[in-house]
Order: sequence, then structure tokens, then C-alpha cells
Amino acid sequence: MKLQVNGTTHEVDAPADMPLLWALRDLLNLTGTKFGCGMAQCGACTIHVDGAPVRSCVTPVSAAEGKAITTIEAIAASEVGQRIQAAWVAEDVPQCGYCQSGQIMSAVALLKEHPQPTDADIDTAMDGNLCRCGTYNRIRRAIHRAAGN
Amino acid sequence: MSNNLAADNPSRRSFLKTAALATGSALVVSFTLPQRAFGAGAATPTNGGTLSAFIRIAADGVVTLTLGKAEMGQGVHTGLAQLLADELEAPWAALKVEHSPALPAYAGPGFPMLMTGGSTSIATCFVPLRTAAAAAREMLVAEAASRWKVPASECTAVQGVVKHAASARQFTYGELAAAAGQRPVPAKPALKPRSEWRYIGHAMPRVDSAAKSRGETRYGLDVRRPGQRYAQLARPLRGGRLVDANVAAARAVPGVTDVFDIPQGIAVVATNTWAAKQGRAALQAKMVVEKDAGFSTVALAKQYSELAKQPGQVARAEGDLKKAAANATQRVEVDYAFPYLAHAPMEPLNCTAMVTPEGVQLWLGTQGQTFDQMVAAGVAGVRPDQVSIETCMLGGGFGRRASAVGDNVAPAVEIAKRLPGIPVQLVWTREDDLTDGFYRPQAHHHVVVQLGADGFPLSWQHTVVGQPLVKGTPLEGAMMNPKTGIEVTLTEGIENLPYAVPVMHLHVHQTTAKVPVQWWRSVGSTHTAFALECCIDECARAAKQDPVAYRLALLKDSPKEKRALEMVAAKAGWGTPLPKGHARGVAVASSFGSTVAQVAEVSLVDGQPRVHRVVAVMDCGTVVNPRLVEQQVQSAIAYGLSAALREEITFAADQVEQTNFHAYKPLRLHEMPVVEVHLVESTEAPTGVGEPATPPIGPAVANALRALTGEAVRQLPFNRRSWA
Repeated sequence: MKLQVNGTTHEVDAPADMPLLWALRDLLNLTGTKFGCGMAQCGACTIHVDGAPVRSCVTPVSAAEGKAITTIEAIAASEVGQRIQAAWVAEDVPQCGYCQSGQIMSAVALLKEHPQPTDADIDTAMDGNLCRCGTYNRIRRAIHRAAGN
Repeated sequence: MSNNLAADNPSRRSFLKTAALATGSALVVSFTLPQRAFGAGAATPTNGGTLSAFIRIAADGVVTLTLGKAEMGQGVHTGLAQLLADELEAPWAALKVEHSPALPAYAGPGFPMLMTGGSTSIATCFVPLRTAAAAAREMLVAEAASRWKVPASECTAVQGVVKHAASARQFTYGELAAAAGQRPVPAKPALKPRSEWRYIGHAMPRVDSAAKSRGETRYGLDVRRPGQRYAQLARPLRGGRLVDANVAAARAVPGVTDVFDIPQGIAVVATNTWAAKQGRAALQAKMVVEKDAGFSTVALAKQYSELAKQPGQVARAEGDLKKAAANATQRVEVDYAFPYLAHAPMEPLNCTAMVTPEGVQLWLGTQGQTFDQMVAAGVAGVRPDQVSIETCMLGGGFGRRASAVGDNVAPAVEIAKRLPGIPVQLVWTREDDLTDGFYRPQAHHHVVVQLGADGFPLSWQHTVVGQPLVKGTPLEGAMMNPKTGIEVTLTEGIENLPYAVPVMHLHVHQTTAKVPVQWWRSVGSTHTAFALECCIDECARAAKQDPVAYRLALLKDSPKEKRALEMVAAKAGWGTPLPKGHARGVAVASSFGSTVAQVAEVSLVDGQPRVHRVVAVMDCGTVVNPRLVEQQVQSAIAYGLSAALREEITFAADQVEQTNFHAYKPLRLHEMPVVEVHLVESTEAPTGVGEPATPPIGPAVANALRALTGEAVRQLPFNRRSWA
């Protein structure tokens, strides 16, 4: 099976039902995408498939075949990705940091859809991403900062 | 240098005792400078620029700080880097920070173990790390002075350069480091005066933000070694055993390489995590429980509630209860019931292990390397110093990764032992993490307060029912009050209550239940502060007094609590009007040497409390980094609020009912209150930061809910009922 990840096509030996998460992490060594729950409850595994945010822990590799997969490792290739990452550093968002790859992937998708998001837009877009360290207020500030709000 | 613990520490009992105190609470460590942490004994292979175990300076001026404390989000790598870099006079931009190997040079300070917990890192390292850095700085100065043949007193070290002003000469640290590392370590290096601190006390940015924002940080689950395998464990929980496992079906799953029994269950090993998971599912093993079958937390709560009305072990008994009762005009009698709680760090538990003829290599995020070494050594039949640990970044700890029994290390090493030379990563699924956890214990409090004619307590009679945390572990004796035989985690916060009560009796029932328990961010104060701060609010209400004024009157002998409470009331605008349907609640609690007061503003949304704003005052002595302290207060509030609102682990018929985040529901972004943090200005020694803001949030919200609805919160979590 061929997967197109971060602009490169990879041949992977994976059963059709293997979640993309494990193909990325275990077969392609792209460990920036995290495992948190395995049932789309926490958002730690968020990636982009054809530009849309997707929970890779419940997305089988077969559903992503032939599509453009983007992970945290390549998010800086986009201008919005760079702005979000810079805002994350400026606000010192991460604590343990484990959820932040997923937070950033969700935030980039939000800004691409809503370049000037309201607090309500942020609530909706980011509610699927859990953070046990409680960095939520800085996540909100960093999104506003990246949007130039 | 040996890191054989027994050789280093003839009295293992005493070191365990110290370690236990550090991990729990009530820590008082007076330390001496660990001489072995200096100079040539350093762990890292020297490149000539090693100035102490903690400091290595390369020829290009890059300063690498090697720290024994684990970074789990609390910002300890940044805070400790501030201590070292300030005294070293190192440029902030030149710093690199890394986890140390598990060697004795990095133990403590104050006790001979690698352990991160009890909100102690900054407090205990404050003097030793600065002293180590000052010694390194003096060695650099001495080297420069000797090359110039001038007195060291004429030379100054400033921001990575040693200068001789009189001759306008200078050397960079990089030019001096290799030779300076060979110089004798000064016995009493001089510390900078407070007025010259350039990093300490300042809001330095986190050293780990950039890598964590790029997804580059390596956590335990991200370990990838050549030839690595991935394992999952079919687990017979809490005294049960597995039967009827279909091993053939598991072996038939593509990618599964091995299926075998270990003492902790049935291990399924595969070439990737998904195959291991599929293989485990194919086992379809059933659990049979023989002893204490049908265990439920509902039944346990009933048993605890009844027990709380009976006399228990006496923790404190001062004054005459009967006399107080005879003089009382009102009586407040309340019960509080608390559930088991899971830590649920975002990174599920894991451990990667490899067994070789030389010993054991572990890769994991851990708060307790020395315990992990002891556990791994026991399983593999080697000495603890044959267990090497690469401490990875921790995807959250909250106490879960500080196990004295190594519940992740032991099965990982058992599996690795069967596959010598192969690194095996044992992965907890979220379901494993929640259902096979070590939990904050279920607990029950019963309180009777007799109030006099002035409305103030004449007596306080308090009974706590709950499981001790370390019973049956090597720490059992160490965390027990030797006079009463009661574990301190069941009494902290109540036994030392800050309020003036003339008669105080505290009884404790130390229960046994088959549920494994462990410290959870702020430990005993997770429930003791709730009971105390809600009950004192009940007393104020009975006395028809304002809750802040009532507390202040009772805090006449507790200046820290009094000051924090006065400050939080002022900052929160206590008593000023609020929007309709909103109410405020207040709480104050001291733990880990620090005092935190909070005011929460609450309304109801769909019958459940919504917290809009929290104003917090933190008194943690000298503040090393105000930005990090603010982060920790925010973080502790989010963690404590999650628990108060709706977290609980319940058992029905021996099974945990919450298997993933759809049922165990941490706070989400839209529910996070605005948090304002105010720090008390202080020149006292630094005290705990990571945990002390957790205890007050639950009672502050409960007290607001009481003001809003007229109904007291007696059971946690709050969502056990509707408040509409």
C-alpha cells in the first residue's frame, strides 16, 4: 500500500484496517503524532488528510490511500503552520507537551478555515483536543496571536 | 564511581524514609552539598569541559545542563536551568538541558535516590544547584586568573566570559572549560546576592517550548530502537486470573511474533503496536475472580460511611468534646464522600526494556528512576547498578509515574527477559491506563463541629476513612506517623488545620481494599482540604457570618493563610455584585509548604456548575519563575476542577466502569475558567509549586455552588446530581 505523507510517497506493509496512527508511528517512525485514547476522544493523534483535521487513531490506512497526509513534522511547510508554531512558543503553551502536536494540527486547520476566529470558533474547533496539564487558556491566546487578533 | 545503592547507603531504611517524605508531603530536607556531584566523578563521559555532574561546557560555548529531576510539564528543566545558569553566569541562549542518567551523582538532593515528586524539586535544589554552579564559575575564573597570572579576585565572570578588566583581556567559557574542569572544586563557593540575580525571579521562557511545538520531543512511547518489538499485556485485574485464552488465534494475527505467560498476565509481542493490540484482542481471555468477588465502589462507600461514625485510630485528641458539646448553641454535622480517581496522563503508561548479558536497559518517562532500577534488577536477577535508564520526557506524571512497585517496569522486564537482546516496548492502551491504574483512594469524612454563642467552633471532631497509599510497599514504615501508626496522607491538611479550634479530635480508619492506590497531584489534600474548607463554610453559614470574615477571625495564628485569604478577597472583589445567577466561593489550603487561596465564580449551565473565573493567590516563598508558577496554578486548577466536576473511577462487579475518555471526562477547552494568578512577594526559601493549587479549587467551587443553590455538595464528583 502506498501512503503519501508530508509530500513523500511511502510503501507500507500494513493491513487495510490498521489505523493511520500506527502506520505513521511504528512503520514510518513519524512519532510526532501521539497516541492518547484510540477512539477519537482526545485529539492527540490529529493529522491532516487532504487538508482536513482527522483523528488518525480511528482512520484506517485504506481510507487515506492516495490522499495527501500531513503530520506535525511537516506543518511548518505552510505559512499558517509557521505562525501557529511561533505563537505556541511565544505564549509558552506546552507543559508536558504530549497533546500539543494534536492541538497545533487542530489550530492550523481552524485558522485555514477561519483566519480570524472568534472565541466561539476556538471552542468548537479545539474541544476535541484534551490537555491534562490545563494549557487551554494559553492555547486560546496563541490562536488569537497567530490570527493577529 | 559505583551506583550500588547499598554501598552508598548502609542504611537503606533511612534513605527510603527520606525518599518517602519527599514523595508525599510535609517534606523537611536539610541537605548538605553532595560532594560526589562535583568534578571528575561526573556521569557523562568527559570531553574535558565537565565542571560538575550538572554542567558541561563545550569549546563552542554551549552549556549543557544535566538534571536528575524529571520534566513532566511542571517546568522543572527551565526552573533548575535558571538556578544553574544564574550562578554560572551562562548566557541563556547557550543553554541545553537534558535528563541525567540514573546515577547517584544526580540523586536527591538530600536523599540518595533519583525521585521527582512532592513538589520538592525547586525547593530542595535551590541551594545545592546554585552552589554547584558557583563552584563551576569559580573554577573558570581560577583557570583564567592562572593563565593571566593575576589574582582571581581581579577577574569577573559575566555571561559566558571571564574578564580581567585591568588588562582588558578575556577568555570565553569554551576556551577555559576543559582545563577548568581539572581544577580543584572550591569548598565554599560564594553565591550571588539576591540583587544580582538575572534569571532567578524572572519570567524566563521555557526551555522546552520550541521542541514541543514542533513535535520533536521524544516521550517514552516514542522510543524506536533497531529491531524493536511492541507488546501488550492481557491483564487479570486485582486478584483475578485469566482463563480460556486462545493463544493460537493471537499467534495467527499477522505481525504477532510471540505469545507467552508472565506473572502479570499474558504478553503478546508483535512488530507493531496495532498487531500487538489485535493479538491481545484475539486471546479473548476471560477473567475469573475468586477472592472478594463482586467488588463494587457503591458497597465500599456504604461501608466507609458507616465506619466513619465509629471511633478509629486516634491521630489527634486535644480537649474535652463533652464539655464543648454542653456549651454549644449549634452543631454542624456533615459527611463528604470522595471517589477513586485516575491520573490519566495524556501519555499512557509504557516502558521499553532490553535485557542483555550486561544487565537491563530501560527507556521510559519516570518520576522514580531508583525504584525502577530496584524493580528491574529484581525481575532480571541483576544488581540495580546494572540497570541503565534513559529518562524520556514525560507526557504527564501527576504522581502516576512515581511508583514504588514499578507496575510498568516489572512486566516490561519480564517480557524483555524472554527475548534477550531485543528492545520491547510495553504499551498501555487508554483502557489499560484507566482500568488497571493505581488510583487516588476512595475516602469518606465525617465531621461534627460544635459552635458557641459567638458562632465560632468550640470543638472540631473529624473522622477520615480511606486506604493508606504505601501499605505493603518498601515505603510503608516511612510514611507513617510513628506515634499514631497512621499514614500521613490520611491526615495532612486536617491534623494541622490552620483554624483556631480549642478542642480538636481526629480519628482515622485505615482500610484495606483490593484496589491499588497511589499519590495523585496534592495527595491527601485532594480530599482533606475539600472536607475542611466546605465544612468551615457550613460553620460560617450557621453562624450567619461572611465566609471570608469568618475564616479570617479563625486564622489569627496562621499568618500565611490569613494574608493569602485577605489578598484573594481583595483581588477577586469579594462582596461586590455579580451577574444574576452567578455566585462566588472561597477556599484556602496549605500543602507542600505553600499556601494557596482561591475565589471561584460559578453559574449553572444545563444543571451543572460552570466556573467562569478563578482568582488565585499563591505564597510559595521566593518565586524562581513567575511565569512557571502561574502555569502551575492554572494547571493545578484545571486538574482539580476536572476531578471535582465529573471524574470518578467506579467499580461494579470487579470491573472499572470508566474505560476511556468518553466516560472519564477531563475538562475541555470551552470549560476552562479565566484564571488570574497573584503571587505573594516573599524572600523566604522557595516551597512547592506543582501541587498546592489543586486542593482549593474543588471546595471553592462547591462553596460557590452552595451559595448559588442553597444546597451543600457532599459527594464528589459534582455531576452525580443535577443542580438545576
